[in-house]
Amino acid sequence: MTSTAATETHLIRGASLLGGEPTDLLLADGRIAAVGDAAAADERAQQATVVDADGLIALPGMVDLHTHLREPGREDAETVETGTRAAALGGFTAVHAMANSNPVADTAGVVEQVWSLGRRSGWVDVRPVGAVTVGLAGERLSELGAMAESRAAVRVFSDDGICVHDPVLMRRALEYVKSFDGVVAQHAQEPRLTEGAQMNEGTVSAVLGLPGWPAVAEESIIARDVLLAEHVDSRLHVCHVSTAGSVDIIRWAKSRGINVTAEVTPHHLLLTDEKARTYNPVYKVNPPLRREKDVMALREALADGTIDIIGTDHAPHPTEAKECEWAQAAMGMTGLETALSVVQHTMIETGMMTWADFARVTSTTPAEIGLVADQGRPLAVGEPANITLVDADARWTVDPEAMATMGRNSPFSGLELPGRVRATFFHGTATVLDGELNTPRTAGEWA
Amino acid sequence: MNPADSPDRSTPVPTTSRTVLTGSDIERVLTRIAHEIIEANKGTEDLVLLGIPTRGYPLAQRLGQRIAAADPDVKVDELVGQLDVTMYRDDLRHGTSRTPAPTRIPGGGLDDKVVVLVDDVLYSGRTIRAALDALADIGRPKTVRLAVLVDRGHRELPIRADHVGKNLPTATSEKVKVRLAELDALDGEPVNEVVIEDHA
Amino acid sequence: MKHLLSTYDLGREDAVRILDVAEEMATVGTREIKKLPALRGRTVATLFFEDSTRTRISFEAAAKRLSADVINFAAKGSSVSKGESLKDTAQTLEAIGAEAVVIRHGASGAAARLAETDWISSAVVNAGDGTHEHPTQALLDAFTLRQHWARVKGVDPLGTGLDGMSVVIVGDVLHSRVARSNLWLLKTLGADVTFVAPPTLLPIGADAWPCTINYDLDDALAAGPDAVMMLRVQAERMNAAYFPSTAEYSRRWGFDDARLAMLDARGLDDTIILHPGPMNRGLEISAGAADSPRAVVLQQVSNGVAVRMAVLYLLLSGDH
Ligand SMILES: [Zn+2]
Repeated sequence: MTSTAATETHLIRGASLLGGEPTDLLLADGRIAAVGDAAAADERAQQATVVDADGLIALPGMVDLHTHLREPGREDAETVETGTRAAALGGFTAVHAMANSNPVADTAGVVEQVWSLGRRSGWVDVRPVGAVTVGLAGERLSELGAMAESRAAVRVFSDDGICVHDPVLMRRALEYVKSFDGVVAQHAQEPRLTEGAQMNEGTVSAVLGLPGWPAVAEESIIARDVLLAEHVDSRLHVCHVSTAGSVDIIRWAKSRGINVTAEVTPHHLLLTDEKARTYNPVYKVNPPLRREKDVMALREALADGTIDIIGTDHAPHPTEAKECEWAQAAMGMTGLETALSVVQHTMIETGMMTWADFARVTSTTPAEIGLVADQGRPLAVGEPANITLVDADARWTVDPEAMATMGRNSPFSGLELPGRVRATFFHGTATVLDGELNTPRTAGEWA
Repeated sequence: MNPADSPDRSTPVPTTSRTVLTGSDIERVLTRIAHEIIEANKGTEDLVLLGIPTRGYPLAQRLGQRIAAADPDVKVDELVGQLDVTMYRDDLRHGTSRTPAPTRIPGGGLDDKVVVLVDDVLYSGRTIRAALDALADIGRPKTVRLAVLVDRGHRELPIRADHVGKNLPTATSEKVKVRLAELDALDGEPVNEVVIEDHA
Repeated sequence: MKHLLSTYDLGREDAVRILDVAEEMATVGTREIKKLPALRGRTVATLFFEDSTRTRISFEAAAKRLSADVINFAAKGSSVSKGESLKDTAQTLEAIGAEAVVIRHGASGAAARLAETDWISSAVVNAGDGTHEHPTQALLDAFTLRQHWARVKGVDPLGTGLDGMSVVIVGDVLHSRVARSNLWLLKTLGADVTFVAPPTLLPIGADAWPCTINYDLDDALAAGPDAVMMLRVQAERMNAAYFPSTAEYSRRWGFDDARLAMLDARGLDDTIILHPGPMNRGLEISAGAADSPRAVVLQQVSNGVAVRMAVLYLLLSGDH
């Protein structure tokens, strides 16, 4: 290694901050050391690696509240190393690793293991999510406090993949996490209404003969949960909202002052249940792809703030889990390396959002919900240097084989999308440079 | 004729086209063939005419009408039937899948009958080979004869016709088109003719 | 035609063609030599992940009447029950020489997966996939209906559809691949379709289907349909709260002797009764109705062979 200063000091020239006027940024010691004319004038700029950002947009590093990294237990699907490489390439500087690993992340031991794997990899900040209930079984609470007090400092708790459907257990979880300002992220799915469910229940499922996953199974749980959150005065996060009805309920809850936040995935912003007509399980996901009407409602809700954030629900699976009949196939899609492009395509190119809005829904707000102190910060002097440089004019064709994730299950395969991540800085380290993986941040160098 | 009977299956625009039999020529040769059939059979007893779809069937009908005209005891629908050979072809894997036409055997069946197969053009002989196989699955005629309007040569199998309307030396690049008023029309008018089209 | 996966995508021209070819195939069944050489040297594999002896032997008889060789693969008790994938099983059959794979599978879309992936290049015939479709059953039903309709109208069935015919389909539409396949095909052929079922056994989204939905069987019969198709009630539905009891189901949606008498009383002499089999006598159909001259159940079975011959012939002949 050459001098730390040379590798860790970067002068970004001519980046457009959140889509504004081009300016220079000096990154040094993991922080934004100078902005504007002061950047090049700073004496540390002499030794800095110059990054030509002409025509690129600078965004705060993206923060995913909903990532399945699969490790421990399903290293054939993804590892912390491969998943975080994918995250860095996708423009992320932090991901929340969902708890449905094997063993389940329901103890301080497991969350610390995931946390330290993340530290060792060094591509992004890995924030473990703790399971709400032991083994995701929905029967008794995990040691939420122990996970919160562990080195992983867990603040987001979720049984994602499974709904905390017992109303008493959900109430207790919402109440209990208040003691450390945690949040319960609910996978809203009424289990009895979705037994054997394969896809959205509607005109397409009727033709295809696939058991339906009705919108009401999501909406009824969200309705119950927002009322519970109001009753116990706690905060609730709703994972992957997928229906227009859910949007209405959340909008109503927010208007009542209920402390609820909501997330939407990129795939629910673009794809509909029409895709199931191919019976290609790459389109099988939970919650399922919905109708055009739902897609439009989700876009509007994201634009008007009813839905707070983008969560990828990145869910890699080994090839054989999708190379089979629809009903036998695993649910889930990869998303880390396509999230930015899909959101640009659906929200920015449609004129519904600006790049500043993009920064809010992919970085600022998810960091606030997850209480990730040094992420989602403004691009200002003194702030941690978590930055993504995007070529918004680039167009590319999605090729799952070329991705860093081990999962080949991208529903966007073959689609031409706008926007490519050219560089990602994680606490000042260029994890991605010239659109390719560069170097991870060495463990222990950040707080 | 059956398209698969021709080794050249493409149908480019013909460069030349000449008439080799007019409508009245066709009438004349059919009358002659009808008389030949009666003569060869020494009458009309046990006689069955089986036309091979598509154009063999109207030809068999016309022959049947002539035979019935010569012998008042004969009824055309008891004399004439149709034998579809599609399922017996040796080229089913090529071209587009063919829809079989109905096979209609006159009332008395085929056992111990004198069957005259009727087709429009005799070419490779493969259609007749298929017809002989199809016949064997339906019954056991005493004799099987073959009547064709045109024999254009280029046989690929040891098959010959007993009654030929016209022997027509052709090049393989040429196409023989038989048009019969029962099925064919030109400019909206029913037409009877045999023409040779050259695609060379 | 490369595959036969559903009737949803089957155009009228192709459907009529299959029925027309089946007419010719049906005559073979009346001959002394019930065999055609059309598929000599070709190999048809039946790949059955669900038990259905009726459907399998119908396909087997069809293939053999066309002189094809038949490989039967029953997935139960085989490597499949030990976890072998659909892909591996199908590739194995193709490696043995199968050129057409007739697949019956409990998962909706299984046939489409075989056809639309690069796993195998064989022709795929859907012999029933989950609760999706069972196209050859619908084709044999349409064939049976067309013969009846042509007889009633005094015309040659060749080249015709079912224009103006009204067909009532009764029972568990929700879980019925037969109902779905019949809906699309009968509609394509010009018939009017009415579904009669308890609301619990109609899929959400059926309101968008090109059919009339009626919860009342007597009301639907009073309209004087030309044919009534009774669907089988699966045993597993009885315990899943789709209806209160079999007795109540039978009373409200079964074709019983009283309803049979009602057809007679109304002078609906040309109304026939179909059932895809196997019948639950006393549940969806009474013995009186099943054994009445209106019932064409056995014709359906023999027509099944002709229709499947037509399908196999059309899939395996010509360039692909
Ligand atoms: Zn989830």
